[in-house]
Amino acid sequence: MGHFDRSHSHNASHTWQLLLDARQNLSSFARMVADAHHEPLLHMRGIVKHFPGAKALDGVDLEILPGEVHCLLGQNGAGKSTLIKVLAGAHRPDAGTILWKGEPLRTTSPVAALRAGVATMYQELDVVPGLTVAENVFLGHELATAGVTRRRELHRRTQAILARLGHGDISPTREVGQLSAAGQQIVSMARALSHDARLIVMDEPSAVLDSEEVANLFRVVRQLTADGVAVVYISHRLEEIRQVGDRITVLKDGRTVGANLLVGDTPTADLIRLMTGRTVEGSFPERAAVDRDAEELLAVEGLGLRGVFDDVSFTVRAGEVVGLAGLVGAGRSEILETVYGARRATAGRVTVAGRRLRPGSVGAAVRAGIGLAPEERKSQGLLLGEPVYRNITLSSFGRFASAGFLDERAERAAAREQITALDLRPDDPDRDARTLSGGNQQKAMLARWLVHGCRVLLLDEPTRGVDVGARAEIYGLIRDLAARGAAIVVVSSEIDEVLGLADRVLVISEGRVVHAGPSDRIDEHGVLDLVMEGSVA
Amino acid sequence: MSEQTPPGLATAGSIPPDPDDPVRMQRTGPTATASHGPSPSGAWRRLVAGGAGRNLGLVVALLLICAVGVATAGERFASVDNLMTILRLAAIYGVLAIGMTFVITGGGIDLSVGSVLGLSTVWASTLATQTMARETHWAVIVFTALAVGVVAGLVNGVLIAYGKVVAFIATLAMLVAARGLAEVIANRRTQIVDVPAFLDVFRADVLGVSVLVWIFVVVAVAAWVVFNRTTFGRRTLAVGGNPEAARLAGIDVRRHTMWLYALSGLTAGIAGVMMLARTTAGSSTNGQLYELEAIAIVVIGGTLLAGGRGTIVGTVIGAVIFATLANVFTQNNLSISAQSVAKGAIIVVAVLLQQRFAARHRST
Repeated sequence: MGHFDRSHSHNASHTWQLLLDARQNLSSFARMVADAHHEPLLHMRGIVKHFPGAKALDGVDLEILPGEVHCLLGQNGAGKSTLIKVLAGAHRPDAGTILWKGEPLRTTSPVAALRAGVATMYQELDVVPGLTVAENVFLGHELATAGVTRRRELHRRTQAILARLGHGDISPTREVGQLSAAGQQIVSMARALSHDARLIVMDEPSAVLDSEEVANLFRVVRQLTADGVAVVYISHRLEEIRQVGDRITVLKDGRTVGANLLVGDTPTADLIRLMTGRTVEGSFPERAAVDRDAEELLAVEGLGLRGVFDDVSFTVRAGEVVGLAGLVGAGRSEILETVYGARRATAGRVTVAGRRLRPGSVGAAVRAGIGLAPEERKSQGLLLGEPVYRNITLSSFGRFASAGFLDERAERAAAREQITALDLRPDDPDRDARTLSGGNQQKAMLARWLVHGCRVLLLDEPTRGVDVGARAEIYGLIRDLAARGAAIVVVSSEIDEVLGLADRVLVISEGRVVHAGPSDRIDEHGVLDLVMEGSVA
Repeated sequence: MSEQTPPGLATAGSIPPDPDDPVRMQRTGPTATASHGPSPSGAWRRLVAGGAGRNLGLVVALLLICAVGVATAGERFASVDNLMTILRLAAIYGVLAIGMTFVITGGGIDLSVGSVLGLSTVWASTLATQTMARETHWAVIVFTALAVGVVAGLVNGVLIAYGKVVAFIATLAMLVAARGLAEVIANRRTQIVDVPAFLDVFRADVLGVSVLVWIFVVVAVAAWVVFNRTTFGRRTLAVGGNPEAARLAGIDVRRHTMWLYALSGLTAGIAGVMMLARTTAGSSTNGQLYELEAIAIVVIGGTLLAGGRGTIVGTVIGAVIFATLANVFTQNNLSISAQSVAKGAIIVVAVLLQQRFAARHRST
């Protein structure tokens, strides 16, 4: 208690000491409470994480008990991935406390987290295809004496872990690249177990599995929890959560909006209500009614890409905005890229203003008047080291040339015209594209297709990496282009964006169109239901 | 109270825990404002920071080497005859390096140019070709050499663009194969060129300057125009800068890649003609290791090895720098080995400077 006298001092180190003491007192308090009840294995409180220009986590609480399956629910961008990266030591939180078995946990690095007993299975399989199963399982903590691997021991221990996972049939000497996606997942899980983890985070483990493999996954999860290992389970499929989960924490916009809900006692409707709720308010422009007689500019019939999506059909009239909603990985971007010819369709046809497009040819699509603004502007859209005007004329510079000689003055003039029309800032056509903000880079992409004279625009995540103020501007531009007779297809992970922007909505789930209709006849709940359950609840 | 003061001053008092921060702000402050808008000083800065500035650096380096040459070899170095010797040497390397500039700017590499040069000299000086040239026209020799170069380049291009073979491997294979083919055709013998009309044309001087140097000048001017003023040049920058973005913008990246290697083959063929004229002999050993010289010249000239940014002027100056350096060493009776060490050092310094420049360029 003597600390209080010192707290008047402005000396920073004293204040720190005070804080540390307080934290120690707190942790001993927590241990006391925990001993009395069921000690939480992990307790995260008030976790905050900023990224430049965005707040990914804004006060997340999470409590995990030993031996439970704790499900983490939330829409895309709710903060799930950031949260598990904080837990895995890949990100350092800006604020908040993490208690691990009642002690403050300093997950300063992935290695430290593993040593403490937190193992993470990321959504993207993180195995090395060229190494064997055993080498992958013990990757990073190889069994070796003086640098020489103890192969026999390695194989024996790997075999034991695989058997525990019910996959004694996988040979430890097999090359991982030859295994199926499910097999690689098992290897990933075996690696988590090889660290003697007390908590395993599984990020959408079922995404690559068929139903039989999912059943096996659940069996393994139950076995792990029976041994006292806790599992954080992330999935968009509510039926899975009902089968395997014990408690649920719901995240929305980087905050915990529902904590420790018992799976058995929480109806789906409540979960969906927690996950949704309009966040971008009043920023969507008015929509004029689409003229029913307007020309059908884009027609997609029975389009398919083997193994990715099947039988996608839709049409877009001049002046219409069609939105594709669905989860990341549902096949939305692939549909756009296939329409555009960047991927060669294995079935179906694409027609622009009555003319059928040659499949698998971007050149044909561009000549027919289709433009794509890709999801990854920096890696797929722009020449970052080149001036803005050359980025704007990238698809049409041939038109500013006679006999191959470019007229850069005409090029700049055409670019400047669009820069003014779209209010691209700064309005200097000679600036490197690298220096533009996300919103202005998106405007440069739109300007490219306007200079080219496109009438069909495919926009993949048009507001990704665009700050809130510029978003409204981009929305306004999209509606304005439609009003001037363009046919526009928008893909977005943000359901409210699709609903606010589009005249009609297609909901995509696992490579299929599960719903198509006017955007004012379905709400966010409905879309989310379709995405997660495959039908309207 | 601090709201009105500019950030650079206000922070001095309010952020003592991080003493580095105000310093950094002061340093970035002026450059940030200078790059705003088209003010005269901004335009000048852009010019110096851009191509002109880098080329200025190269010219300074060239002058330094010349100063060393004058100091050590005096009259022998600073004579018109010696200047011509330097330029004749620079001409062949320079033409090869110009083709290489296009390939590297387009995101590739061509290791086969030296071998293709050798093959073109051999093929253009076979008994059959020379007989035909004597009976018809000396241009037969030129045409043969260029055709050999373009075909070899097209093979590279098709393998890389459509066969999806990594450029390094495809052109390495061509390096070995073209050299082997040259040996088979020449039967490891040196083929003396005995077509007087051909030699008369290419060994002549025009306005006191060797025809070889004039060829270099014409190739360089044409390349500069194509690189900076045509759709071909623009496509090269786009394909090398971001191939995925270029593809999604509707540019036929594969076809353009193929043409880039064909162009590099063409310059190898031109260099082959020049080699035939200079040495009056076709040999399978012609042009050995020239690919490395060409790549080094391109890199020293300021072309980004990763692609997307290149300079023909830089390449031309780079070629002259290399030839001058070799000349200074020869004038002082220093060995080829010492030359190689010096060239190696220059390459490293040039790349280090380039990286420093690139980092600064990105931060503003």
